[in-house]
Amino acid sequence: MNKTELNRLTGIAREIRILIIKMLAEAGSGHPGGSLSIADILSYLYFKEMRIDPQNPEMQDRDRFLLSKGHAAPALYAALALRGFFPVEDLFSLRKIHSHLQGHPHHIDTPGVEASTGSLGQGLSMAGGMVIGCKLSQSEANIFSIIGDGEAQEGQIWEAAMTAGFRGLANLCVFLDYNDLQIDGRVSKIKDIYPVKEKWQAFRWHVLEIDGHNLEEIETAVDSFKSEKEKPTMVIARTTKGKGVSFMEDGVDWHGVAPNREEAEKALKELSNG
Amino acid sequence: MAKESLRGEYGKTLLRIGRDNKNIVVLDADLAKSTKTLTFGKEVAERFIDMGLSEQDMISTAAGISLTGKTVFASTFCVFLIGRVYDQVRQSVCYNNANVKLVGTHSGLGVGEDGATHQMLEDIALLRPLPNMRVIVPADATETARAVEYAAENDGPFFIRLTRGNLEKIYDSNYKFELGRASVIKPGRDITLFAIGAMVEKALEAAKVLAQESIDAAVINVSTVKPLDKDTIMDAARKTRAVITIEDHSVYGGLGSAIAEFLSQNHPTKMKIIGVEGVFGRSGSAADLYSHFKLTAHRVVDEARKLIS
Ligand SMILES: Cc1ncc(C[n+]2csc(CCOP(=O)(O)OP(=O)(O)O)c2C)c(N)n1
Ligand SMILES: [Mg+2]
Repeated sequence: MNKTELNRLTGIAREIRILIIKMLAEAGSGHPGGSLSIADILSYLYFKEMRIDPQNPEMQDRDRFLLSKGHAAPALYAALALRGFFPVEDLFSLRKIHSHLQGHPHHIDTPGVEASTGSLGQGLSMAGGMVIGCKLSQSEANIFSIIGDGEAQEGQIWEAAMTAGFRGLANLCVFLDYNDLQIDGRVSKIKDIYPVKEKWQAFRWHVLEIDGHNLEEIETAVDSFKSEKEKPTMVIARTTKGKGVSFMEDGVDWHGVAPNREEAEKALKELSNG
Repeated sequence: MAKESLRGEYGKTLLRIGRDNKNIVVLDADLAKSTKTLTFGKEVAERFIDMGLSEQDMISTAAGISLTGKTVFASTFCVFLIGRVYDQVRQSVCYNNANVKLVGTHSGLGVGEDGATHQMLEDIALLRPLPNMRVIVPADATETARAVEYAAENDGPFFIRLTRGNLEKIYDSNYKFELGRASVIKPGRDITLFAIGAMVEKALEAAKVLAQESIDAAVINVSTVKPLDKDTIMDAARKTRAVITIEDHSVYGGLGSAIAEFLSQNHPTKMKIIGVEGVFGRSGSAADLYSHFKLTAHRVVDEARKLIS
């Protein structure tokens, strides 16, 4: 990735983070931590990788992104708005009555949202289903998804992992947002998902490990996914929950609490200078 | 009269409508031999997926496939298809308004010897409140075929509830299934018997006995439990003095509840709900179970006498 490209995508990731803070402050509720931790991955996917058309959200053969950890909806909405699926102003209606931006993603309401998610553990199966559906239609579209590390405690994740591995759904690329936090504490303390790499390998996935905030490593991982023709790809992305806002970083208390005005201002100042 | 297999008909219908229609995809969860989806799967292997013992994964995968434009049938026993995976049905299927057809076999006491673990008596109650979901309970093989065709041709979620055993033929090949239309099998002036699935033949038998006592009973097959045919139900309630509902399902939340919800608010009518009284089933032949839990023509006759005496 050249310097210009890196700066562009870094800028977009920062813009996504700024919008996350602004919209959550406006909404007064929602999930900042898990939204901030995926901003870099979304920047890369929506602004560099995926074949999509905001003017034609239902375009045939499009690549699709499915946010399995649906509580990070603000990050998805920010990426979609910046990419032109709907006006950026809409973001400030998040979670309000009559808004098309529901607390968790709703496929029917919001242009660009490929599937409704929020009940954790279901998105990976839906993403696998999309690969199966596209294949049956002779489409080579790629399906991307992000699951949480807490979400990986759901049994359905492992049913879906087995399906995708066994069926060789090579057009499926999943990021694990490995921030070692869930609501009640550290994932490694509550029900450790370690060893992660070996688990997914044992389920017959192509497994990569990256720093989930490093755009160049994200690019390398996606390139590796695209050259893998037999297995689905699991990108274990080491992330920091709340990334970019110092007082939120790696903090369990910022899972599902929106910043108040003061906190939002402080966060925005950091993000703008960062 | 010859009895016919509803699930056998389901498998044949899937093959008939799906062999050349590349849009149809069929999923099962290691019960394809019993649900008869294998009839399709053997011939159309490329569009048949046995998900193995992964019902949650099956339902969400079905939704994912349908979101790419396919019509997806997913089958297993009702207890696993609905009870095991209610959240997946609610969120992956209904909230997405996904084009997924849930066809459950082995509903209710009709399962027989396998006992309570396999006898789903709460599925209609669970599905009626779900937005976008349509609930159909066919009463014979012909109606099964028509309902499956209808679901395939019409977008959005459907649940088709089949019984394990064979049922008497009620409809000939001219029968036209319409969503939200109950079928009046026999008109009557004194009392109305509303029934679904395997209970329709019990209602018909009861009507014969009642006729000998000069009680003229209407028999109506309410195969679409949701959306309910309010016009036909209102008409029957107006024309007769009382109504009885009969279902191989819990008395809570099923056909009886649906009709009671409607009539109590629009045309209060004397009524008896016959079903399983909030208890688990048990092992036994289907016939013995229907006797044990009092889902019989004899019981219907008794209740009819009480209601209109
Ligand atoms: C099936 C289900 N159970 C519980 C919840 C409530 N919930 C929302 S987020 C969350 C923790 C998720 O942790 P993780 O997947 O690690 O997400 P992240 O750290 O990225 O925010 C829980 C338990 C849910 N949304 N779905
Ligand atoms: Mg986490």
